[in-house]
Amino acid sequence: MNPYRRSPFVIVATILVYIFLYFPIFGLILYSFNASRTNITFEGFIPAFSDRVVMDGSIVTASPCGLFHWYCDLVRNDDVLEAAKNTLTIAFTATIVSTILGTMAAIALQSYDFKIKPFSQLSLYIPIVIPEIVMGIGILTLFSQFFGWANEALNLTGDARLALGLATVIVSHIAFMVPFVTLVVQARLQGIDKSFEEAAMDLGAREWNTFRRITLPMIMPGILSGALLAFTLSLDDFVITFFTNGPGSTTLPIYVYGLLRRIVTPQVNALSTIWILVVFLAVLLLQMFQNRDQEKSA
Amino acid sequence: MLQRLRESKSAQGTLLALPTTLWLFVLLILPLFLTLIVSFGKRSPDGNVIFTFTLDNYLRLLDPLYLQILSRSLTLAINTTVLVIFLAFPLAYFIARSRPKRRNLYLFMVLIPLWTNFVIRVFAWMMLLRKEGGINIILGWVAHSLNIPFEPLEMLYTPGAVLVGMVYEFLPFMILPIFTSLEKIDISLFEAAADLGANSIRTFIRITLPQSMPGIVAGTILVFVPVMGTFLVSDILGGRQVILVGNLIQRQFLDARDPPFGSAASLIIMVMTVVVTYFYTRKFGFGEEIVAA
Repeated sequence: MNPYRRSPFVIVATILVYIFLYFPIFGLILYSFNASRTNITFEGFIPAFSDRVVMDGSIVTASPCGLFHWYCDLVRNDDVLEAAKNTLTIAFTATIVSTILGTMAAIALQSYDFKIKPFSQLSLYIPIVIPEIVMGIGILTLFSQFFGWANEALNLTGDARLALGLATVIVSHIAFMVPFVTLVVQARLQGIDKSFEEAAMDLGAREWNTFRRITLPMIMPGILSGALLAFTLSLDDFVITFFTNGPGSTTLPIYVYGLLRRIVTPQVNALSTIWILVVFLAVLLLQMFQNRDQEKSA
Repeated sequence: MLQRLRESKSAQGTLLALPTTLWLFVLLILPLFLTLIVSFGKRSPDGNVIFTFTLDNYLRLLDPLYLQILSRSLTLAINTTVLVIFLAFPLAYFIARSRPKRRNLYLFMVLIPLWTNFVIRVFAWMMLLRKEGGINIILGWVAHSLNIPFEPLEMLYTPGAVLVGMVYEFLPFMILPIFTSLEKIDISLFEAAADLGANSIRTFIRITLPQSMPGIVAGTILVFVPVMGTFLVSDILGGRQVILVGNLIQRQFLDARDPPFGSAASLIIMVMTVVVTYFYTRKFGFGEEIVAA
């Protein structure tokens, strides 16, 4: 019997589910080349290059960027650039902090015994079992109560007043990212062979040296995939950001959400296409990296 | 002091875990307590919170209008989860039973839609479900080639649109954990079953299904919990027609400016999700499948 044999039913169902997963994405990409500005029906591709944009009603008939008209339009949009900058600033800062904190916590939970250990471990599951919106409004309430109190107590006025902004988004992102980093690194720590550490210690290596030379390199793949996971969680986040952002800290998901409630030009499709491409490359990189790691350890 | 730290393993552990624990305490646990306190409060005319003790906000939720919203959200979460299990299972099974070299490619194909932004995926469905959108275009072609008269369907801003959107958003969260538990099944089990004369249905019921339970449980939590709280999908695909608890809560904090009522509603859904997770995990365990996703 061939263990890899699958029934025709499974194969057909699989193909249908893959079509379901990809059909919307291809539609999105196709419409990013739409000649129609209103973007309700597909009016064909933008047929010609010209020095400036030529419009026939709401149909673009020629553009300096030709087919890629909406992509050029996008790059000239200051709001988009600002939102992209915010998104990346938040994701990078929050990833660095949560990776460091999460790795420390994972080591503590895996190799040490201490009083608050059960509490520390349990608190990691909060973001999994509680809907994001509950965390979002809780954090919003915390900030608004605390800021209201602090502004009053310290007599802050004008620009000095504490308010929602980039800092509150970053702090909140770290809160929901740290548990994921910790759990991923913890899983990796569970998988490593303790005898290497013991051998190093037997040979007289100090604890710190053992950690730096033996443990850290062994758990590095776990740390890196934890960091990558945290980074994508931050990039992708809508709900927590929705409740904690303020003026000047709009991220791309929040910006797109704002547009969806008004008119959606193919610019949004162009933005989505670029996003999908970036994700594609990121996942590809991660897979290659993990494959190499598997081959090494095999 | 430093000497003591060097000797005490317990102090080292505490120190390493403290930043994370403190961070989670201040930003996840403290807000929950605050939400609880606010839910017993009243709103002031300008939308601020007056701290008192009243059960009014919870009693208001018993109004048929709000009970209907709660039951609609719960029904939708259950329907979404069941549908997602049925769609995810064959795909996860297909990947788990493919040759190891191919598995990465198939998984990669599941990760791309998962990692594409949540808002963008809702937008994609908004474009497809419109009267002039992709689904109606395809239905039109089919009808045309069969010579059937065709009237574009109104699909956007219906409960069905919200269901499809939710299923699409959360499908990968079910595929990955089911795959993880299916992948662990020793292939020799299938060979043994075949040798002993079990047909494929019997093999499925006696081996595949029980072994995949941890994955289905993890996936159910990963799907059910977020669906209960999501307001984006219903907001964009349901319009004013489909109001869920998530929309209700969001409005109390933005338009209606009634945080105490919103807090009460959000605690109710939190209790619902925690209860479901608790009973589910007590019965089936809390496996590594959650982390795998």
